[in-house]
Amino acid sequence: MQPESIVQEMPSPAAAPAMAETVLTVDNVSKSFGDNHVLRNFSLALRRGENVVVLGKSGSGKSVLIKCIIGLLLPDAGRITVLGQDVATLDHAAMDRLRAKVGFLFQSNALYDSMTVRDNLLFPLRRHWLAHGPAEEEALVHQALDDVGLAHTAELLPAELSGGMRKRIALARTLILRPDIILYDEPTTGLDPVTAREIDHLIREVQQKYRTSALIISHDMNCVRLVADRVVLLVDGRCYAEGTYEELAGNADPKVHEFFA
Amino acid sequence: MPNTALLAETGEITSFAGRFFREGFRPRYELAELLHQCYVVGYQSLPMVGITGFIMGMVLTLQSRPTMAQFGAESWIPVMVGLTIIREMGPIITALIFAGKIGSSIGAELGSMRVTEQIDAMEVSGTNPFKYLVATRVLATTLMLPLLTILADAIALYASFLGVNMKGTTTLALFTNNILSGLTFGDVLPAFVKTFFFGFAIGLIGCYKGYFSDKGTEGVGQAANSAVVVASLVIFLLDLVAVQITGLLGLN
Ligand SMILES: Nc1ncnc2c1ncn2[C@@H]1O[C@H](COP(=O)(O)OP(=O)(O)OP(=O)(O)O)[C@@H](O)[C@H]1O
Ligand SMILES: [Mg+2]
Repeated sequence: MQPESIVQEMPSPAAAPAMAETVLTVDNVSKSFGDNHVLRNFSLALRRGENVVVLGKSGSGKSVLIKCIIGLLLPDAGRITVLGQDVATLDHAAMDRLRAKVGFLFQSNALYDSMTVRDNLLFPLRRHWLAHGPAEEEALVHQALDDVGLAHTAELLPAELSGGMRKRIALARTLILRPDIILYDEPTTGLDPVTAREIDHLIREVQQKYRTSALIISHDMNCVRLVADRVVLLVDGRCYAEGTYEELAGNADPKVHEFFA
Repeated sequence: MPNTALLAETGEITSFAGRFFREGFRPRYELAELLHQCYVVGYQSLPMVGITGFIMGMVLTLQSRPTMAQFGAESWIPVMVGLTIIREMGPIITALIFAGKIGSSIGAELGSMRVTEQIDAMEVSGTNPFKYLVATRVLATTLMLPLLTILADAIALYASFLGVNMKGTTTLALFTNNILSGLTFGDVLPAFVKTFFFGFAIGLIGCYKGYFSDKGTEGVGQAANSAVVVASLVIFLLDLVAVQITGLLGLN
């Protein structure tokens, strides 16, 4: 085997995904709330097996973008295609089928606080009709909790968990559906640096283990450096710059540079 | 300005109710969640409803005794108290207690679910949150309040029997007979029917306030608070309408 092919085995940026199919496209999407023009002709593409980070200041519309993708908000203009389907044209049933293949990690975790961790994990599984019988349910819950290293927490309530644990449980709830695409809304914000790095590694592990594609929203530069195959910079509602971490870090443009300073 | 806000809110609650009738009875049916909510809503209010029912019956009896005695009409106490409780006090007091207990808890629960994005999370988990959260709760309050009212009436009447028995003596059979002889169909039916409307209003307003609660923890408190205030007001308005309608139907 040639040395080069060993390098290819590593999760190297740009290399493998370059020829892979596109699983998610955001095409000239605009979204305003009254006079607040949050997204203006924003475009983005995500290829299979790739981690793309969307970088932007607080309030720049990152959460709005991700909510448009999952259909929680309707864009004013533009087209969003997920796994080959135009999101705007789907009816309820088709939308639910699509959402079963797209995991969404909420910025606020959004764990159901009246349910135990197990019931939190079972909720999407049952609602999407994806489990067949208690034995399979149990196995999937166990696997998902194991993936995030919290196998012992199944009977606890979210209120009994720490912030970092809650983030992991939210991730487990996303993973249990074995999604093709995962949308992470600021997975490391508000966590201590050590826990944040653990989450970063978890995101990498998940990507390699299940070959998922991920769109990650973040303004944590360590997270960006560790998980991004490609970085998209969102400024003033537009895609301002795009490239690998190294490419953008070397960019002299002041608006790009301020993120890497 | 407050007038337009009031009108706007009335319109929004009405369209929320319209959505309940459009979406609430279509598949996928959330039966398990409906039963769970009936249990929660009914069971949570049992102690309060029982206690207020008992006190209501007892106090009404003891208060009316001196006046009735003045006219030598003590034997009319059971009929009078029975009519008061069944036609008016039972339904309205139970509904107000229910609004305070259940309306506020629904408002707070849905409000905090909205604020922490749990409602959005349900939506992306293959669930229609309106049907799963709102429709089940509104149906549960609509079905449970009439049952709770019947229970409160029964407890209040028993308390009234105890009150009558404190001085004079009567048997439970005689007391019951006495009340039944004074009751007509027109006393019972409208009182029973209006409790469904009270229950519906309490559930609907609690859900509306919570479902559209403002972001932030302050919004949750406001949702719970105004759920009770608005629901109580609506209960009185509905009661007024009910009186008019029963009058028109010749049942008064
Ligand atoms: N539902 C909404 N109604 C009105 N305005 C909204 C709504 N959601 C978001 N906005 C506005 O859109 C803008 C972008 O919000 P968004 O939540 O996407 O920011 P963000 O980039 O995710 O920021 P952060 O990093 O702090 O999470 C903000 O100005 C916000 O006020
Ligand atoms: Mg955000």
